[in-house]
Amino acid sequence: MDLSFHIQGGDFTSAGTASSQVRRTLKELGVDAAVIKRVVVALYEAEVNIVAHAYKGIITAEISPERVFLQLVDEGPGITDIEKAMTPGFSTASQEVREMGFGAGMGLPNICRNADVFNIHSVPGKGTTVEITIQIK
Amino acid sequence: MTIHEIVSLVQGKILCGNVGEKDFVDYCFASDLMSDVLTVRRSDFLLMTGLSNIQSIRTAEMSDLKYVMLVRGKTPPQPMIELAEENGIVLISCPFSMFKASGILYQAGLKGVF
Repeated sequence: MDLSFHIQGGDFTSAGTASSQVRRTLKELGVDAAVIKRVVVALYEAEVNIVAHAYKGIITAEISPERVFLQLVDEGPGITDIEKAMTPGFSTASQEVREMGFGAGMGLPNICRNADVFNIHSVPGKGTTVEITIQIK
Repeated sequence: MTIHEIVSLVQGKILCGNVGEKDFVDYCFASDLMSDVLTVRRSDFLLMTGLSNIQSIRTAEMSDLKYVMLVRGKTPPQPMIELAEENGIVLISCPFSMFKASGILYQAGLKGVF
């Protein structure tokens, strides 16, 4: 099953709706609750990152009986130093993002921790692509 | 500790959700930082927060939490209450600061998640 969502940068009211839809789908499919939590926590953090940092983005979720593959492609400023961005506590988030409860510098480390496979590729000035694979079985 | 006991101890009120006599939690995590909440693997805890916006409910939803307590007497916006109702999340309001509410509940036996 494939799901796809368009994400608008700066739209904090809608942030999390894609993750919510993926969560509902996985629940309907009877996926183990601990696996669902890992998928949606990683996805929600990545979705919030698009809203917080990018202009817009597309999320696709490929769900098979064996695994969940999530791809998040955004158009935005990109990340100049990925290693630094992966450091727990490091953040470039705006005050607005912090007021929404994010920007603590835990997003990327948290995604990485929940994923079985995590890939991030960024071109400064163009955008960032994040890929997350989580095994169901 | 039952949810009714918790609400009574912090002089709180239930804003939405159904709470039965058997509803209880043994653990609590208090934070205004949602990414910190999202690092907690377990799901059987009360989220105590001063973050009165829709993202605290989204975080509870993704974390598979059932109980959220707003401290410092915050009045949540209507969309926040509606999202909590939609997800079967019990939303509690408490007039105390996070420090005071945490102290009262810890003294009464509620445990930290780590």
